[in-house]
Amino acid sequence: MKIPATKYPVERLTLPNGLRVVLTPDRSAPVVGVAVVYDVGIRSEPEGRTGFAHLFEHLMFQGSENLEKLAHFRHVQGAGGSFNGSTHLDFTDYFEVLPAGALERALFLEADRMRGPKLTEENLRNQVDVVKEEIRVNVMNRPYGGFPWLKLPPVMFSTFANAHDGYGSFGDLDSATLADATEFFDRYYACGNATLTVAGDFDVAHTVKLIERHFGDVAARPAPERPNFEEPDLTAERREVYTDRLAPLPAVAAGWRVPDPIADFAAYLPYVVLAEVLTDGDASRLVERLVQRDRSATTVGGYLGFMGDEYQVRNPTAFLLQAHLPPGGDAEKVLRTIDEELDRLATGGLAPGELSRTQARMATHLLRDTDAVLGRALPMAVLELQRGRPELLNELPRLVADVTEDQIATAAASLRPARRATLEVVPGAGQ
Amino acid sequence: MTTNVLPDLIPDAKIKLPRQAERTLASGLTVIAIRRPAVPLVELRLRVPFGRAPLSRATLLSQALFTGTGSMSSVDIAAELQAVGGGLSAGLDPDWLLVSGNTLAGGLERTLEILAGVLVDPEYPADEVATERDRLVDNIQVALRQPAHMARAALLKRIYGRHPYAVQTPEPDQVRAVRPAQLRALHADRVRPEGAVLVLVGDINPDLAIDAADKALGSWTGPGKDGKLASVPALEPGPLRLVDRPGAVQSSLRMALPAVPRTDPDYAALQLANLVFGGYFSSRWVENIREDKGYTYGPHTSIEHFVAGSTLVVAAEVATEVTGPSLLETFYELGRIATLPPGEEELEQARRYALGTLRLGMSTQAGLAGLASVYASFGLRLDYLPEHSAALSAVTRDEVTAAAARYLAPASAVTVLLGDADVVAGPLSALTAVERSD
Repeated sequence: MKIPATKYPVERLTLPNGLRVVLTPDRSAPVVGVAVVYDVGIRSEPEGRTGFAHLFEHLMFQGSENLEKLAHFRHVQGAGGSFNGSTHLDFTDYFEVLPAGALERALFLEADRMRGPKLTEENLRNQVDVVKEEIRVNVMNRPYGGFPWLKLPPVMFSTFANAHDGYGSFGDLDSATLADATEFFDRYYACGNATLTVAGDFDVAHTVKLIERHFGDVAARPAPERPNFEEPDLTAERREVYTDRLAPLPAVAAGWRVPDPIADFAAYLPYVVLAEVLTDGDASRLVERLVQRDRSATTVGGYLGFMGDEYQVRNPTAFLLQAHLPPGGDAEKVLRTIDEELDRLATGGLAPGELSRTQARMATHLLRDTDAVLGRALPMAVLELQRGRPELLNELPRLVADVTEDQIATAAASLRPARRATLEVVPGAGQ
Repeated sequence: MTTNVLPDLIPDAKIKLPRQAERTLASGLTVIAIRRPAVPLVELRLRVPFGRAPLSRATLLSQALFTGTGSMSSVDIAAELQAVGGGLSAGLDPDWLLVSGNTLAGGLERTLEILAGVLVDPEYPADEVATERDRLVDNIQVALRQPAHMARAALLKRIYGRHPYAVQTPEPDQVRAVRPAQLRALHADRVRPEGAVLVLVGDINPDLAIDAADKALGSWTGPGKDGKLASVPALEPGPLRLVDRPGAVQSSLRMALPAVPRTDPDYAALQLANLVFGGYFSSRWVENIREDKGYTYGPHTSIEHFVAGSTLVVAAEVATEVTGPSLLETFYELGRIATLPPGEEELEQARRYALGTLRLGMSTQAGLAGLASVYASFGLRLDYLPEHSAALSAVTRDEVTAAAARYLAPASAVTVLLGDADVVAGPLSALTAVERSD
């Protein structure tokens, strides 16, 4: 099967104040997506302020120079659009998708808060409460909450930046102050530390004018120096076990460090493909072996990056496998079987057609994601921010297809038990 | 150079429907093909009427549909689909068996052939069925610990009573008892083309895509079964039903209110009334209990449509210690919308949101496929989009006021709450009658 590619046009420019802009027009539907991404995330939170990057994301919706509290939401939705934001390890994104006629409104809204949020103590405390409810919903009140994305990093990493809980402790959230917020904004939310992307149904020349009109007078502030979060690879397995009082069945996750996703993309990409060879669908190695043949797992998944954002994460990051087990399931046995299958792949290589069918399916997933305007605006904004290469989005299906069997075998061979961080969930709820 | 004034919106152009074709094949299968060539893919949705099918068997059938055919194992099916960039999966709701998937556009014929094999020549091999059965039981065990699932199950039971919609997840023991022969019999009886609808959306020529479906699925024949369910019972308001979840750090609040199907003359007005009340972020209820009081993270309300009836569902996860106050504010906002007209501007804001959402929903292949398939399951087609758009534009403030009074009155609500009963029963009892269900 020939792997197709998209040809979304990419126009790049930088405003005099340092804001990098990517425009990717496509008139197949009368909608636009707007994304602003700031080069700061969970890893940059100060000690004693776990969860602050995410809390700050909430605060960016609480009003700015020309916008009262609630105004942002009302203006986007009252234009027929939707909005959201999300906080990742290395970046924070803000985005809207709207009917095409609302483009200038979205640019106005993003520019207004790029000049600075207008914060009050009342709004800060309100959003601390909201974030606590978010954590209760997603972590504390459900089985397997935070597994493995919040629970595995402290097993794998030693430094605060890489290991800490990005949702934050309630104590740290309660301690957050308006002064912290001002300092965080001043330091990280510089327009030189951000990218803006517009995707969808718009005219490029006109939109450049609109962007200049709305963002042109955002004060020029350079990007802060980005810390290097590198830490040494593991030399012996690290393993932890915890009891989840709401979980009825056992589960296990394992992670291994991988090459730098940006500086060494060519060495990193085979791991992305390997994850799919191992876990994508009933014909994949680990699903066939663990779920169907041995029945030692109920589900198995594999991916790169703790938040599954394989093309939008910086070093250090991990190759992750996770499995949910049947009643009485043996995590040790599952890990041994995974080792066996990795060995088999490393020494015996792939079956005829195994790699090409995996690559074909990966192409479908990649292309499908780009059909939505935000599926282009968001990744292109991050690719511009982290690599200066938004057009990589068009190239990914082909690059994935170029990964060779030897590269897959080499990647599999590197996933040794001694480099592994492992986390077991012991079920604390009766069945 | 900068302007501090909110830019005006440029009015939307008329909704433009994509090129499409439709044909009902000799077998009774309806095929709808829609062209959106933006990416070289095709989205596929197949609905087969499954109302009144026995729940545990039907659920396991949906999990085991791709376990093997006369000529292919489960691994063969998955591998051959992957080879053309394809993937298919199946699910079940109380009305339909739904097969969903997608493929590289060049793989459409092959994907349809494989689908035909699954539909026409299923094996349900004992080993694979046993694996899927155990997995399904495990998944149900986990679901039974998920507060969202537990609250939903309690609400369905409370709303629907003896109607088949009351239970939508089988008991683990019932699933354990299902045998492969029963799946084969159910498949032979119910997985039939008559009354089924196949939707194909993507980089296709619609007529040729229908030809391809006709060719691949020509051997899928046989009469459909009447799966029609009795209409859902009217809601019977009564005491709040409190389901105990000891130690829960949050309470799951659920309410059901009456609603009408998409084709009802009241529907557009009800949709706007719901938006003003709680149906989107910029609604009164969300602004109140989240942005003002911080009781909750993601409260939402939506109108749920099943073939046998529609219901408006209100849902919020709130901190245990503010469970009573959250119910109070919910009653207050329902009472306010049911007894006072909405403001002009808040109505226009909701209207623009509803109109914009229609356009966003049809802007991707997957969105179009979902809409076309859902609409078809109610006998509607994509031309519902411009029709409903016109209806939303025409609704008056008086009509919204009337719809709110009729459908959103707190006196008509059925309420279920899952939470730490010992902690929340007192505050809840201060507001309404409470019955405990343990």
